[in-house]
Amino acid sequence: MSPDPPPHQQLGMTDTEYGGVVDILGRKPEPAELAMYSVMWSEHCSYKSSRAWLGRFRSDHPWVVLGPGENAGVVDLGDGWLAALRIESHNHPSFVEPYQGAATGVGGILRDIFTMGARPVGVWDPLRLGPLAEAHNRYLFSGVVAGIAGYGNAVGVPTLGGEVEFADRFSQNPLVNVMALGLMRREQLVTRAASGVGNRAILLGAATGRDGIGGASILASASFDEESGAKRPSVQVGDPFEEKKLIETCLELYERGLVVAIQDLGAAGISCATAECASGGGMGMDVDLDAVHLRESGMNAGEILMSESQERMLAVVRPDDVEEVLRLAETREVEASVIGTITDGDVLRVVKDGTTVAAIPAASLSEDAPLYRRPIEQPESLERRWADPPIVPAGIDLGETLLRLLDDPVLGDRSWIYEQYDHMLFLSTIVEPGNDGSLMRIKGTDKGLAVSTDGDSLRCYLDPRRSAERLVCEAALNVAVTGSVPYAVVDNLNFGNPEKPDVMWQFVETVEGMATACEALEVPVVGGNVSFYNETDGVDIYPAPVVGMLGFCDPIPGAPPRLDRAEAGSEVWVVGPERGDDFAGSAYATVVLDHLGGRPAAADLATAFLVTRHAARLAGDLPVVHDISAGGLAVALAEVCIRSGVGVVVGNGDWRLMLDEAPHRFLAVVPDGADLEATE
Amino acid sequence: MSRVAVALFPGTNCEQDVVYALDLLGAEADLVWHRETDLSGAAGIVLPGGFAHGDYLRTGAIARFSPIMQEVERFAVAGRPVLGICNGFQILCEAGLLPGALVANRDLRFICRPVHVRVETTGSVLTRHAEVGAVLRIPLNSYEGNYVAPPQELDSLERTGRVVLRYVDERGEATGSPNGSANRIAAITNATGNVAGVMPHPERAVEDVLGSADGRVLLESFVASLQPVPA
Amino acid sequence: MRFLVSISRRDGLADPEGATTARALRDLGYDEVGDVHFGRTILVEVSGDDVDTARSRIDEMCRRLLANPVIEDFTIEALP
Repeated sequence: MSPDPPPHQQLGMTDTEYGGVVDILGRKPEPAELAMYSVMWSEHCSYKSSRAWLGRFRSDHPWVVLGPGENAGVVDLGDGWLAALRIESHNHPSFVEPYQGAATGVGGILRDIFTMGARPVGVWDPLRLGPLAEAHNRYLFSGVVAGIAGYGNAVGVPTLGGEVEFADRFSQNPLVNVMALGLMRREQLVTRAASGVGNRAILLGAATGRDGIGGASILASASFDEESGAKRPSVQVGDPFEEKKLIETCLELYERGLVVAIQDLGAAGISCATAECASGGGMGMDVDLDAVHLRESGMNAGEILMSESQERMLAVVRPDDVEEVLRLAETREVEASVIGTITDGDVLRVVKDGTTVAAIPAASLSEDAPLYRRPIEQPESLERRWADPPIVPAGIDLGETLLRLLDDPVLGDRSWIYEQYDHMLFLSTIVEPGNDGSLMRIKGTDKGLAVSTDGDSLRCYLDPRRSAERLVCEAALNVAVTGSVPYAVVDNLNFGNPEKPDVMWQFVETVEGMATACEALEVPVVGGNVSFYNETDGVDIYPAPVVGMLGFCDPIPGAPPRLDRAEAGSEVWVVGPERGDDFAGSAYATVVLDHLGGRPAAADLATAFLVTRHAARLAGDLPVVHDISAGGLAVALAEVCIRSGVGVVVGNGDWRLMLDEAPHRFLAVVPDGADLEATE
Repeated sequence: MSRVAVALFPGTNCEQDVVYALDLLGAEADLVWHRETDLSGAAGIVLPGGFAHGDYLRTGAIARFSPIMQEVERFAVAGRPVLGICNGFQILCEAGLLPGALVANRDLRFICRPVHVRVETTGSVLTRHAEVGAVLRIPLNSYEGNYVAPPQELDSLERTGRVVLRYVDERGEATGSPNGSANRIAAITNATGNVAGVMPHPERAVEDVLGSADGRVLLESFVASLQPVPA
Repeated sequence: MRFLVSISRRDGLADPEGATTARALRDLGYDEVGDVHFGRTILVEVSGDDVDTARSRIDEMCRRLLANPVIEDFTIEALP
């Protein structure tokens, strides 16, 4: 009979990692301490398999106020306006419970925005699921969309766009990424860095319960306790109403200057938030778990520390302001409890029932997390795939093929998704979802912000580096066609098991490609999220990086291009380099040939830069400027015609030029009599 | 200058949009927290859209008991202008200030898109300055926008001309409703025409850049109905 | 004491959740399904030990808040 594995292994820590904890503390960890390290040093929290490469991204551009490492990236829009942006994944929870998984994903990303001082003004949802022919994927899809709608609409933040991809590798590993954008005046910017010995830490929001505590609790006993396991909900349930109250409360606290620092609670709950607040400011914190307002009785120290109950924030407040903060929270029907005090030194000390249950260097939870440079190896099969390109016939029935492509869920009309999202709230949506990038105005100014989220897992599977470069270029073009300049990127890197060398290779190649393209387009990467271990039964997802691109315009075009503004009698121009042979990973290859092979054409970053600038310029004058991507020129033309209710005559005999997916191209509709110079 | 009180419940989210739209039309608006019980300085009241109290239990069910609703009721009874938009309409029905109720959309999905409505009567604070028969393009943004009422109540609404707006298609034809509303009802009023409830959002159609300015005539009608506070 | 309040949609009024669910059941092959109506149950715990007083108070709670008499009916069941 073999003994139970030691507690640290039950919590998913390796022996080496455990040894690291012992070294830091100079002793064996208490149960609560071990729980904290185990979660904070998990892949999800510590990025131990990815951190080594993320420094490749640059964010030293003059308009970046805060780069990666904060709760959200912050950029300067001029005239005292700042924008905060972030992207996050909620993949595994959405497979377990699609509605709540997606809903709590929205909740989490919103907190990352308003914890910076910004009012959230938009959400985008890039989604990846298995083919809709399977009932289970339809169930997941409708659940995810309903969850995003249910939470986003009720919390009062418009969902302004997103994208969707269907492929078999996502059936067991759906990907739910959520991006959010917030706006603030510079004076409202606040970070997590606690300061001021004697300042108090106040927990605001929902009562703490046993949400999200998974696995055996080593705090109750040394072995699995099935009874207590049944008490713990494994699915976190979001409460958008609570979040809305929290948003308004926090924004009012900021306006009244009552907050020294603030941190939202996400993974690892109170333990993470207190540690980050303290270490962020180079301080320590004393925390009293008995002060935490609870939803359940009989919670032990570890449970309170590790709970992932939603809709909670930790605010650092001067002692003289505590009463006012509590009063404000009460008026707005938000619960609050004073749970901690900032101290000198660097120790996070946690007390329950008068006993110290944890005393650790606050910074060690994040700064001393393991860092892995896992082995990297290009997959053997890749060169064979490159040597197996889609075989395109000499002639096809273009009309029949086009209809078949438009019938495919990935290319078809997506209004049934975004009409479930309130995308009109705040009277700022100028170009709504269903076009390329969505465009919002900043009321009271002439400024505008555009956002596009783009991913392409099939192409990424065939060549991660080239695909990542092309994704950045495509996202840049999707905001340029609204008249905006690409301004900042947040990236969501969704990959399989990093312990496999070929997955690590995909990851590193992707980072390299993305970083190179962002440099060439002069766009800073101000934040991102890495989701590893999207793998089931040994099968990894296709590598699925998502680029979230923010575009900025000042002034915003008076009449931005939209897909429904084409009128009869206009000309259609195609701008950008034609090829006619770029079919690897294309919609034609996937939908018609059911083929995944060949090597996608490389990006031409210098051309991409010029094409992007050109599109932004033309967008100021023309009714339709539309990115050419999946399904090539034919689909792009069809989309304009369908939305505008017009037809088009194309004088071009070669169907390959109509359907291939050569990058860096857009079409522009030029009304009769328009006077434009053709340049470059 | 007539001031409009715009009620703010926990969970309301369209209040700033309503203030913006009223401001565009030359009216001054004050946000009033739901616990306020003295609106004597206001010339009219708007209950905006959103999710008051999370829409928990039933949409509008808890909001109707907020202290501010006593004032709303006083206004209603005194014949003074009260407008409920979307969630506001739901609250007015729960409070019994308008008949019927709003339930889940027929297709059980949130609907966010422009719809067309036809003006059925000018006998309400919402449509005083509109023309009967005019077709307006206004956004509908709701999950519980499906108007229901017992048959006798529906008959009474029709007979007494209290249906204010009805869903039509873009040509103005009666081809059904986006959400299953009984008799395609999009907005109703009370017997004295001073309390109106509307499901689509007129404040979201006040500028061409937003896609339509057809909502202006509705809010203008409301502003024109404002009664200055007696000295 | 614990009471179970059962709230149901009044007859003759639109019940889209009910209609949609009935259709879904028939689509799954349950041809025998006719009408389906949605309601909800609310568990209310009250202090005290006089069942009649409690029931009468809960009836009031239902009329004032828990049920909307325009569109809903309700029943109250005392739980053991």
